[in-house]
Amino acid sequence: MEQSKKLELARIANNIRVNIIEGVYNAGCGHPGGSLSIADIMAYLYFEEMKIDPKDPKAPARDRFVLSKGHTAPALYATLAERGFIPAEDIKTLRKTTSYLQGHPDMKGTPGVDMTTGSLGLGFSAACGMALSGKVTSAPYRVYAMLGDGESEEGQVWEAAMFAAHYKLDNLVAVLDWNGLQIDGPIVEVMNPTPHDEKFRAFGWHVISIDAHDFDAIEAAFAEARTVVGKPTVIIAKSVKGKGVSYMENKCEWHGQAPKEDLYKVAIADLEKIAESLK
Amino acid sequence: MANKKATRESYGEALAALGEKYDFLVLDADLAAATKTGMFKKKFPERFFDCGIAEGNMVSVAAGIATTGMKVFATSFAMFAAGRAYEQIRNSIGYPHLNVNIVGTHASITVGEDGATHQCSEDLALMRTIPGMSVICPADATEAYAAVEAVLNHDGPCYLRFGRFAVPDLTPELVPDYKFEIGKGVTYREGKDVTIVANGFMVHLAVEAAELLKAEGIDAGVINMHSVKPIDKELLIKAAKATGAIVTAEEHSIIGGLGAAVCEAISESCPVPVMRVGVEDTFGRSGKVPELLEMYGLTSANIAAKARAAIALKK
Repeated sequence: MEQSKKLELARIANNIRVNIIEGVYNAGCGHPGGSLSIADIMAYLYFEEMKIDPKDPKAPARDRFVLSKGHTAPALYATLAERGFIPAEDIKTLRKTTSYLQGHPDMKGTPGVDMTTGSLGLGFSAACGMALSGKVTSAPYRVYAMLGDGESEEGQVWEAAMFAAHYKLDNLVAVLDWNGLQIDGPIVEVMNPTPHDEKFRAFGWHVISIDAHDFDAIEAAFAEARTVVGKPTVIIAKSVKGKGVSYMENKCEWHGQAPKEDLYKVAIADLEKIAESLK
Repeated sequence: MANKKATRESYGEALAALGEKYDFLVLDADLAAATKTGMFKKKFPERFFDCGIAEGNMVSVAAGIATTGMKVFATSFAMFAAGRAYEQIRNSIGYPHLNVNIVGTHASITVGEDGATHQCSEDLALMRTIPGMSVICPADATEAYAAVEAVLNHDGPCYLRFGRFAVPDLTPELVPDYKFEIGKGVTYREGKDVTIVANGFMVHLAVEAAELLKAEGIDAGVINMHSVKPIDKELLIKAAKATGAIVTAEEHSIIGGLGAAVCEAISESCPVPVMRVGVEDTFGRSGKVPELLEMYGLTSANIAAKARAAIALKK
């Protein structure tokens, strides 16, 4: 990837991270850790990979994105704001009674949200349904689903994995955000779902493993997925939970709580420092 | 004597016939032979998808299909459609108000020999609690077919319930100008003394009960309330005012289903005595269907007895 493009994507991802913090801080609650971990891939998806139009968010031929790990809605909203689907200032209304930005994504209320999610495992199946419908109608779109690694403890994830391979949904790409932490602790200690690569391969998927914060690797993975015929692709993306905010990185206590004012300021300062380095 | 046919059979026939006219997909979870979606599969193999024994995934897959504008039926036994996949139906379909038709066949006691694990008497109650969900329990072959076409033209999620056991196709005989409309009850017979409000398998027994009562000089009306939600409140109030007593009859728990829905509607607008015939807060068991119906009080005699009791409460 060209250096200028890489820098641009890094700036976008950093803006997404700033708005994740703004949203969660203003809400006084929410899920920053797993939102920050996916910001780079979200930036790549919405600015490079997906065929979408913020002016026509329901276009039938558009690519679809399903945030199956729906609790990381702040990352989706920040990305939609960055891409022009929703006004950036609305991020501060997240989780408020009068806001259209629900705690978990609501496809009826938010432009650009393709599927209502929040209950883990359900979004992945819905993405399979979108991909299947695309196959039946020979529609040109591709479907992207973002899964959590903790989410993979849900049995429905493996029902969906079986389904997607059985019906050869090569228009479906799943990204597994492997940040290694869930609410109660490291995933391997809470209920070990690893190894994800061998499991998905055994279920009939094409598996690509990458560093979730390396844009060259992200680009290569999505390009490779486009070449795969007859099977769905999963990108296992090794990420840092809380990426970009010093005190949140690799700390599972930042899975589901908002920073108070002092730590909010630290988070914004951390991200401003990164922004400086990207100039 | 009317022809007898199980409503699941009519479901399969309707899918196969309406597949010519409407664009939709059909999903099943390894029960196509029993639920009769196999009839559609045979005719339109490219539009039928077996999801295997994974009902939760099937329901959320159906939701994803619906987001693309494609209509879809997701089918299993009532126990595994409405019961096992309740949360998927609520969150993937109900909350985003998607055009998915959930179909539960083999509902309640008339499953017979398979016994309690497969006799879902709670599905209508579960489905009724989901905002925006239409809940429909057709009585016979004619109505089952009409209901399938109605949900294809309906905007929003629907739950359809079909039975395993053959029932007489009474509707064309009793209601010559029959028209199916979601949320509208059908009057099978006018009465003065009491109104029997029934749905699904119990409708033909309600008609029988009205005949039993007639022999005793009691004039009982019969309403087929195929839509448990939205329920036809207007017709219920009219019946309550006209007869002053109601008996409900359903092959479902007396908690949360038709009986409960009728009580809710009546108590808020025109309170009259309501007696409920149904599965009385218990599980089913294995056995021959006629024996089980006796054992669980799902009989015309029991409906008639409750009608007398309801009339007595008027005084």
